[in-house]
Amino acid sequence: MNVLGLFYYWVFAVLLMVGFYAVIAKPNYVKKLIGLSIFQAAVFLLYITMGKIEDGTAPIFQAAENVYSNPLPQVLILTAIVVGISTTALGLGIVVRIREEYGSIEETDIKERDRK
Amino acid sequence: MTTIAHHLPALQVIVPMLTAPLVMLLKPAGLARAAAIAASLFAFAIAIAMTMGVLDGHIYTYRMGSWPAPYGIELAVDRFSVLVLLIVTGASSFALLAGQRSVDADISHDRQPLFYSAWLLALAGLSGIPVSADAFNIFVFMEISSLASYVLIAGGSNRRALPAVFKYLIMGTIGATFYLIGIGLIYLMTGTLNLEDMAQRISGVEDVNPIIVAAGFVTVGLALKAAIFPLHVWLPNAYTYAPNTVTVFLAACGTKVSIYLLLRFDLAVFQGNLVEHAFHFAAFLMPLAVLGILVGSTVAMFEKDIKRLLAYSSIAQIGYILLGASLVTIAGLTASTLHIFNHALAKGTLFLAVACLATQCTGYRLSQLGGAAKKMPWTAGALVVSGFSLIGIPGTAGFISKWYLISAAYEQGSLGIALIVVLVISSLMAVVYIWRIVESIYFGEPTSDLSSVREAPIAMLVLTWAAALLNIYFGLVPELPVSLSSSAADILLGPTP
Amino acid sequence: MIVLFGIFLLTLLVITALAIVRNDSLYAAVILNGIFSLLMAASFFLLDAADVALTEAAIGAGISTVLFLGALALTGELEKSPTKHRLLGTAVVAIPTLLIIFAFFDIPQFGASDAPVHQHVGPWYIEKTPEFIDIPNAVTAVLGSFRGYDTLGEVFVVFTAGIGVLFLLSARPLARRNEPFVARDPHKGLRHYLVPRVVGRFLIPFIFLFGLYVQFHGEYGPGGGFQAGAIVAASLILYSLLEGERRCLVVIPSGALRWLVAGGALLYGGVGVVGMLLGGNFLDYNVLASDPVKGQQMGIILIELGVGLTVTGVLLSVYHAFAGRGKL
Repeated sequence: MNVLGLFYYWVFAVLLMVGFYAVIAKPNYVKKLIGLSIFQAAVFLLYITMGKIEDGTAPIFQAAENVYSNPLPQVLILTAIVVGISTTALGLGIVVRIREEYGSIEETDIKERDRK
Repeated sequence: MTTIAHHLPALQVIVPMLTAPLVMLLKPAGLARAAAIAASLFAFAIAIAMTMGVLDGHIYTYRMGSWPAPYGIELAVDRFSVLVLLIVTGASSFALLAGQRSVDADISHDRQPLFYSAWLLALAGLSGIPVSADAFNIFVFMEISSLASYVLIAGGSNRRALPAVFKYLIMGTIGATFYLIGIGLIYLMTGTLNLEDMAQRISGVEDVNPIIVAAGFVTVGLALKAAIFPLHVWLPNAYTYAPNTVTVFLAACGTKVSIYLLLRFDLAVFQGNLVEHAFHFAAFLMPLAVLGILVGSTVAMFEKDIKRLLAYSSIAQIGYILLGASLVTIAGLTASTLHIFNHALAKGTLFLAVACLATQCTGYRLSQLGGAAKKMPWTAGALVVSGFSLIGIPGTAGFISKWYLISAAYEQGSLGIALIVVLVISSLMAVVYIWRIVESIYFGEPTSDLSSVREAPIAMLVLTWAAALLNIYFGLVPELPVSLSSSAADILLGPTP
Repeated sequence: MIVLFGIFLLTLLVITALAIVRNDSLYAAVILNGIFSLLMAASFFLLDAADVALTEAAIGAGISTVLFLGALALTGELEKSPTKHRLLGTAVVAIPTLLIIFAFFDIPQFGASDAPVHQHVGPWYIEKTPEFIDIPNAVTAVLGSFRGYDTLGEVFVVFTAGIGVLFLLSARPLARRNEPFVARDPHKGLRHYLVPRVVGRFLIPFIFLFGLYVQFHGEYGPGGGFQAGAIVAASLILYSLLEGERRCLVVIPSGALRWLVAGGALLYGGVGVVGMLLGGNFLDYNVLASDPVKGQQMGIILIELGVGLTVTGVLLSVYHAFAGRGKL
């Protein structure tokens, strides 16, 4: 169980890194948004991992006495997922408008066109 | 228990929040605007009522859904929160009342209900943060205010608003996610989200490394949102290309709320529970504050666009606020929180005056404003008064906070002397950039025909002058902000040992 | 067995993430992102988070893919310029990651029942939910009642995004301000393709029904307003893909969508205000009925309905805004 636990936290760190890197280094606006969603998804994994309890089940009460995982991180992440998709939707709206005004969604092109 | 006074903290947020969907459904733009103004003024009245309450020694707490903290979400309003609430609701009301011209210029009538709805959501989000006492709830309201601000800024008619807002969205979301990671690590170590409970339980944590890392994430995340140098890169363009009213609103309170939260977290939650946190906090923020002051002022001195000039000056002013805070003394924090209030007042008025200029002038370059003062003497006058307040001329609000800042720095010995030198130099720089504006509007050669230029609409002028007079009023009678900010400093540093 | 399965999923997650970042084709990246979300949902399920898994699958893999594709149709599918700031990017990314890894040496063990998370606050919800609210799904209880104010905020985040996209995409492009604005041909769709149409039409009622089930079964099993809203919206989006924009807008016209968006948010807020008027605090459901437990259940059903309405409305409006936008 411990190997797996460590593994979850490490994967969180790696995904965080991958997503964050895409946001910073990719000049394409859609790619940046995809990176942002990976970045946020990594944080979801962090929260859900900490809510897990050994030999637990989902916090939905059944007849038998069970050990239940912590519902709170799950609630927080439900909220965070919805916040994430909202940000993505708004970001895509802006990207579409940028494409209409500039004819491109590459950061380099847009900087060049603004300089004129 | 069920008097109105008891519900005030909740009403502060839900009045603008629940008006937003109604505003969106209103077809005529005038009606949407009227409803937005009414909700904003109501929120302002609530903030004033709570200010009077806390000055009488009352501390408002409110249990959402009647569940006890830390299980449910608690709202808590103290003297520091009301200071921020006054700025947020006041700035929103002034900007909305004065803003019709600017909104009409940038946004067509059929889109205005959506715009005003987003405005109310920004107001609700920004007021939801100082009211809340729950770390995750603050995240949710931070996102409401951020998303709504993106929408408002994207309303600008210049196409450059769009890349500017995209950059803001990316950096803002990174900031919020960093904050979320920090909260996650604290939750992992303490099991709680309530700020007060968190502060207590952190002191009982044995392995403090995760908490220190969490403090780092929360601080950096909020620094991004607060546009602290060098994480300010989103701010100048966002302020420059936003519609003028939006700039008034956001320049007055957008970053202030994040700074409020930064101080709350670093001082009320981490300070005192982490060994040497004060040292880390100061070592991290003081150099950034000094650099921010110097770089922001320097760029402002050479900037040609008036809105961008003022935006860079904001980066320098945020530096002042942080400089006071990074001393981690009662005097320093008093100066810092006082400057939050006074800078909001000065910068809000300046941008209001810019909005007045924009009703008549062709562009925002200083050269395009040449000679405007001859035709618009009242606007120019308000610009000068608020410019004085920004520089810190005696008799204006800006002087009071600069004075507190210098005396707080003076307590620090030789380091303090160095800081005072920085403050004096940057004030001189402020004289330079404000003078450049004054020079161009009073003495500059008109670049276009000024014969059709008239004074700005009377309603706008009245509000701009009301704000300008507040700058003088709080310069002469500073008791209210001073008493609020000195108790804010007490709250942040805890009872002095 | 579960350990192996978990490691397998996590490894796939990392591989998919890397593939997304390295891929030049945005279209491929978006599809891979959908797969990434599904893998993430499966991992959540292994971690006992059934509700979150359902949400991630419906929103991450479903709706977000549709939105990305809708945007790509308007912006182009290829990433043109090469990666910039490689070194800077790596450096900036490395610092927080190293810090986090440093923090991980001192955190409680995975799944340990003596971790602070399982000692404080969390267990209170497990213990008190049967007493105060008496519904089987503790996640719904926390979401709807104990932390109902967060959920209200969340609905307003969705609402803000909805009006934001409507606001942005109701602007005329500056370059074409003087020309009449031509929306994309609303008749297009997949009507001329027999197989997708038949299969799709067969699926739509079931998806819709499943959405309703998820909405009203949220107290007993995984589900609730957010998931249901996403699923119902997905079924209508499928309908619109098959039959074309216009037919879908006949079913729910855009005016009605606005009412749906605002109405859901107002229903939620209204329940809170009613609690206030009946003498409780904001969002206090105890006072809604003479029996507090009944009141709680009633309150949760109502607010979940509000959530479902707003989420459906916003997702559909956003989709229509993208789909109805003419390409330049």
